Amino acid sequence: MALGAFFARLKEGLARSTQKITESINAIFKKRRLDDAALEELEDILVSADLGAAVAAHIIGNFRRTRFGKEVTDEEIRETLASEIAAILEPVAQPLVIERSHKPHVVLVVGVNGTGKTTTIGKLAQQYRESGLIPMLVAGDTFRAAAVEQLQIWGQRTQAEVITAPQNADAAGLAFDGLTRAQAAGADVLLIDTAGRLHNKATLMEELRKIMRVLKKKDPTAPHSVLLVLDATTGQNAIQQVKVFKEMVDVTGLIVTKLDGSARGGIVVALAEIFSIPIHAVGVGEQAGDLRPFDARDFARSLVGAA
Amino acid sequence: MFETLSEKLSGVFDKLRRRGALSENDVTEALREIRLALLDADVALEVVRDFTANIRERAIGAEVTKSVTPGQQMVKIVHDVLVESLGGEGAVSINLNAPAPIALLMVGLQGSGKTTTSGKIALRLKDKQRKKVLLASLDTQRPAAQLQLQQLAERAGVACLPIIMGQSPVEIARRAMETGRREVFDIVILDTAGRLAIDQVLMDEVKAIRDATRPIETLLVVDAMTGQDAVNTAREFNQQIGVTGIVLTRMDGDARGGAALSMRAITGAPIKLVGSGEKLDALEDFHPERVASRILGMGDIVSLVERAAETIDQAEAEKLAAKMAKGTFDLADYANQLKQIAKMGSLSGILGMLPGVGKLKARMGDANLDGAILKRQAAIISSMTPKERRTPDILKASRKKRIAAGSGTSVQEVNKLLKQFDDMSTMMKRMQKMGQKGLLRQGLGALMPKGIMPGASGRRLF
Repeated sequence: MALGAFFARLKEGLARSTQKITESINAIFKKRRLDDAALEELEDILVSADLGAAVAAHIIGNFRRTRFGKEVTDEEIRETLASEIAAILEPVAQPLVIERSHKPHVVLVVGVNGTGKTTTIGKLAQQYRESGLIPMLVAGDTFRAAAVEQLQIWGQRTQAEVITAPQNADAAGLAFDGLTRAQAAGADVLLIDTAGRLHNKATLMEELRKIMRVLKKKDPTAPHSVLLVLDATTGQNAIQQVKVFKEMVDVTGLIVTKLDGSARGGIVVALAEIFSIPIHAVGVGEQAGDLRPFDARDFARSLVGAA
Repeated sequence: MFETLSEKLSGVFDKLRRRGALSENDVTEALREIRLALLDADVALEVVRDFTANIRERAIGAEVTKSVTPGQQMVKIVHDVLVESLGGEGAVSINLNAPAPIALLMVGLQGSGKTTTSGKIALRLKDKQRKKVLLASLDTQRPAAQLQLQQLAERAGVACLPIIMGQSPVEIARRAMETGRREVFDIVILDTAGRLAIDQVLMDEVKAIRDATRPIETLLVVDAMTGQDAVNTAREFNQQIGVTGIVLTRMDGDARGGAALSMRAITGAPIKLVGSGEKLDALEDFHPERVASRILGMGDIVSLVERAAETIDQAEAEKLAAKMAKGTFDLADYANQLKQIAKMGSLSGILGMLPGVGKLKARMGDANLDGAILKRQAAIISSMTPKERRTPDILKASRKKRIAAGSGTSVQEVNKLLKQFDDMSTMMKRMQKMGQKGLLRQGLGALMPKGIMPGASGRRLF
């Protein structure tokens, strides 16, 4: 897809999320002196975009140093805010690179329940298929009812083979089989779905570690990527999620889903500050084409509604 | 950074406790902390504003001057306002006061847990209220969603509307209600597709479903981890289709659950149920006073006792109690007790319900420690001979080495267990002397091995 069309699409996806924040900024800052009250209101706006109290205070702190007491227009505010946020996000905006030499590049997809892991895998499979790679899928969510069928439908759509096991089968054994089959079939990418799990459930997290261990028996370098799928509507708990998943299974990157809603996904900024963890892609809709690379400047500008 | 709301608030109140009287400055300082804590707990900004304003109003003035200590008074005010904001005392159950078949409409964002919750509610109504329930999935969007509900219905042992591919959600809803009438179901649960509140086409669709089925309850299913966007979701769904109740899912996570406060404040609709696990029976009533207490770090003793009563084998417990009374409690009994505790669920989950353990829990770390100690101790005891379990005094170096090797632990760990058991026996003897009253005062902490809960021996009870 052409670059212009992509920007348009991302903007459209983010448009509604930014509408409110834009309106608020407009309302407060149409040529107004940047005093304490104004700064406080601006901080509130960032907080209600889920940036978190700490990050919001940090950004507003920078503002205070450079702009305090000045007459400002809302355009100025947005530009400066956008570049502040972009500066935080730029280092973490890294695409997910599939190494063809791995044969297959193993991608383990993890996250709490209902963030969109299976849908994201479907979208990824489609994109890899379109770019000429051979994807294979492992229906590792052997717990949730009909999770396997859900992935199988995506497999049909993308003509990707789906490795399955009966309900409540051992996910680690299934992952091992999947890798064996993928190696034999010469697949380029192996996408492993896992059951959603809350990060504070120790036994379930241990299960994920087992999958990691078992994969390494077959290929010591696997998994080559561990993706944490994060719902954009998640609040400050996302920090805890990333922390624990990172500790337990060494997450290599994030995918942020459901950015087409009214949630603004500001938590991403906090995550970038705290963990410096790569953000690979954002989901802005239900279609395969709605999984987009994460672009820092664009995201930041869209977040604050800069033109 | 990862302090829970309860910890932050206890920090504030610790400061207040040390002072003689509560000045306006104190209140202002406390409110600043409360505001930050609430924001960190994902309570929506506008709700936080109202909340703190409410507290300021009550804190400055007559109520405070009458207080025993200002800190206690402040705790009480925050607690009261929290309970009020969450819906007042007592749980509100699902309204079933209508002629059958009663339609329950489930709505919410994608991934909030509607389908699983539908299955849980069906099981609950069937088991606890002896209702004949029909589940119907109107989710034609997500692949295999209808199949998911069908499988859940099988597990719950309730009927599921047969899937006919190609029907629109409104058609399925009509068919569900017809089936409900024809086959004399008490309740028809309509599980809709996840939708964004800003997607007008899908919102119109759910309106059409509502008009076709006239549900007595429209339940908004919300993830407890939701951030500031909770306000938008709640407001839009409520304005467009009218919400009669809220179900908060994933309360078994460690999210601070500020969304509960936001949702309730925006919609005015009661939070009726709480999802607390992946199994179908993990659905509980929402008790505002318990959740408020939990938020404040006063613990959720009621839930703990309820859960204990559900899981602990009564006969087994009585046998243990008798042994304790006689002073013949040995390592085999201790192993039994460990098993009972393990059955109650994750250790951190249990600890979270105990009063004043918030800080301790944070120190232990969330995911790693869980249950590992219990398991290891059980393994050590399993590696002993029956005689050793009865009379641990005979355990000397060579036996200890054998046990350590057998259980995959070290001699130090065996020693640690023995020391704990020794402490416990001593404590039990002391408890016998104190009688029942003493046990209550010591709290449940006394029943846990010391090594697991250092410093939680009831000192910090409110």
